[in-house]
Amino acid sequence: MNSPDPKLHHSLLGTYEARRTVHPKRIDGFFRRFKWLIMLVTLAIYYGTPWIRWDRGPYAPDQAVLVDLANRRFYMFNIEIWPHEFYFVAGLLIMAGVGLFLVTSMVGRAWCGYACPQTVWTDLFQHVDRFVDGDRNKRMKLDAAPWTASKIARRLFKWTIYLVIAFWTGGAWIMYFADAPTLVRDFWSLEAPFVAYATVGILTATTFIFGGFMREQVCIYMCPWPRIQTAMMDEKSLTVTYKDWRGEPRGSLKKAEKNPGEFGDCIDCNQCVAVCPTGWDIRKGPDISCITCALCIDACDRVMDEVGRPRGLIDYLTLEDSEGEIRGQDHRPTWKKVLRPRSVLYFFVWAGIGLGLLFALSARTHTEISAAPDRNPPYMLMSDGEVRNNFTVKLRNMEARPREMRVGIEGLTGAVMWSDTMSGDDAARTIDVPVPADATQTVRLYVRAPQGTAAQDFSLSVVSLDEQAETDAVEVRFVTPGDE
Amino acid sequence: MGNKRIDEPTGTEFVGHEWDGIEELNTPLPRWWLWTFYATVVWAIGYVILFPAWPLIEKGTEGVLGWTSRGQLAEEMAVADQARATVREEIARIPLERLSENAPLMQQAVAGGRAAFQIHCIQCHGSGAAGSQELGYPNLNDDDWLWGGDIRAIEYTLTHGIRQPGDNQTRFSVMPAFEGILSQPEVNSVVDHVRSLSGLGEPNAAGAAVFEQNCAVCHGPNGEGMREFGAPDLADAIWLRGSSREAITAQILNPKMGMMPKWEGRLDPVTISMLAAYVHSLGGGEDFIEVAEDPEVEVDEQP
Repeated sequence: MNSPDPKLHHSLLGTYEARRTVHPKRIDGFFRRFKWLIMLVTLAIYYGTPWIRWDRGPYAPDQAVLVDLANRRFYMFNIEIWPHEFYFVAGLLIMAGVGLFLVTSMVGRAWCGYACPQTVWTDLFQHVDRFVDGDRNKRMKLDAAPWTASKIARRLFKWTIYLVIAFWTGGAWIMYFADAPTLVRDFWSLEAPFVAYATVGILTATTFIFGGFMREQVCIYMCPWPRIQTAMMDEKSLTVTYKDWRGEPRGSLKKAEKNPGEFGDCIDCNQCVAVCPTGWDIRKGPDISCITCALCIDACDRVMDEVGRPRGLIDYLTLEDSEGEIRGQDHRPTWKKVLRPRSVLYFFVWAGIGLGLLFALSARTHTEISAAPDRNPPYMLMSDGEVRNNFTVKLRNMEARPREMRVGIEGLTGAVMWSDTMSGDDAARTIDVPVPADATQTVRLYVRAPQGTAAQDFSLSVVSLDEQAETDAVEVRFVTPGDE
Repeated sequence: MGNKRIDEPTGTEFVGHEWDGIEELNTPLPRWWLWTFYATVVWAIGYVILFPAWPLIEKGTEGVLGWTSRGQLAEEMAVADQARATVREEIARIPLERLSENAPLMQQAVAGGRAAFQIHCIQCHGSGAAGSQELGYPNLNDDDWLWGGDIRAIEYTLTHGIRQPGDNQTRFSVMPAFEGILSQPEVNSVVDHVRSLSGLGEPNAAGAAVFEQNCAVCHGPNGEGMREFGAPDLADAIWLRGSSREAITAQILNPKMGMMPKWEGRLDPVTISMLAAYVHSLGGGEDFIEVAEDPEVEVDEQP
């Protein structure tokens, strides 16, 4: 047994690891171009969506995607969701969750490698690094160099670009929560609400720190998704694989020349490590650090082309296929890898929820009634012996225009009603209530039934007085003395 | 380091700790993790200095900023009061009977009245304003009013109370006790007559005669009541103190009469107006008939 390491014990810091900055090398290839495409699309969606206009008439906002927290409305193109319909949003979130399972089951950690915001922004910031400081070697040299005036200037320049991107990121986020053009004007004229500035401030800070400095540390130490994913991967999941049975033992070209037949295909050029955005060595096998962005595949294929060896020393492969390849079997076609019972099951769950939501969306009406009976007191005996019940009725007009609605009593023979805005003398079987555009109108209804009416259930109905003539009804109970 | 040893399968350095042959590998946490921990410590120290934190024997530490949850509540209440001030001014300016013409203001008044009712009125009238037959507190939801059910009448009752000693404008009346004045058969027959007014008993001539001589002066020839004296309508379906023979007999021989405190001086006029609006809104409120005297019009009366 060796003695305890004195260096580890003389300072607390020694037991914690300083981050080893990753300086990924520039690379070009199929997956790099795919990443460019995904980055372009996702950033375009993120920055562009709030600026899409969508005409909804004079009573509703004309922003295509808007989360209107103040008025509790969620707009998405021609869909408008009210708070009581939040199950649509819940359904979308469940779909997103199952979608991640589906993608993981089919193509492994594709989310981590291509579409995750942390990945996209880290990639963006690494391009900034390359733009300001040059490629890997130059950056490593600069990192090690003393803090001269030129290094300070360079760093300030780079961090300024970081900050601009980060600010732009935070700034784009708030556009989803208010009318974008108005908010931009208010923001710069210092008239926007405090929460807008606070949100931009927080998101600027997190983007600056997570994208500029924390980078792969977020994936490795902070994010729960890689942990979940390690549990979801199985022998049929696609993952970036170094074919050690082909590559090992690794040796440089010179060594291989000297001792032909002794070395595998890997020439130990370290390019796969140099291009890795998280600094992982794929030759050690899959790891939580490997986000399967496949840039090492691009790097290795390029080297294999140069040295005249077959491509695919590092490749997208399932564990099952790896074992098959070791045994000398042919690869199964890709569609067979992707379409397996687990993926199909996920797909059907995912699609089922989606279809259910679409059905619910198309079947919903834009007119609704709900009624809450007064419980204290449950009934009122009137001086002429009639019995009155009070109801607080809510009429929902989910159209972006004011509508007249007719509330009626269904059943309860002889009963009439009036509302809090009219005289009891005008009591009738139906009442017309104007409901403002895109709003809920609360009406107090006083329902009066003749003496001797038995306690019974009846319905309050509503019909919109326009060409749609949408209807809804709610069953309530008429309570009389002795029925409590 | 001379004695640096590497664990072969993982390529990780040993820390140097060993327990029964099991050794610890050095897989350190990231250093920023440690800095984050220190940052939370610094934050906590600042928090403890600035805000109330340590519980002591008598009271806790108060913090440099002097923040308290009670103080924050008081501030928020002050802001809410300020926000209400304009509404209260408007309610004070509009003649009460015109309040219903201004629907949003009416809603504000009703809401304010509901809040005040929950504090000052529910002790007798109940949280749903349904009163109590057992104790003789009237139900304010129905259309039966002893002293009048238009919004001005309700406001008057609220302001001056009912049988409030020391207020000479209070609603006042006394029903005489007929114990010893009417004989037992007379009482029995008049009870029958009174119950017959609302279809509960058989009419009889003797009772009608007793009623006309003793009761009709206040309760009206047909028992329809008289609001000037707060004399209840005896011909309707509502019985404040019960419709049984025993209940009516007891009320004739030794009447109970309700008392309501006056709220003038205890509540400000605007709160009383809002209470009136709330009670009026419960479903039995009557329309105000008399045309309000508009102060602006009054000036023009001088030639």
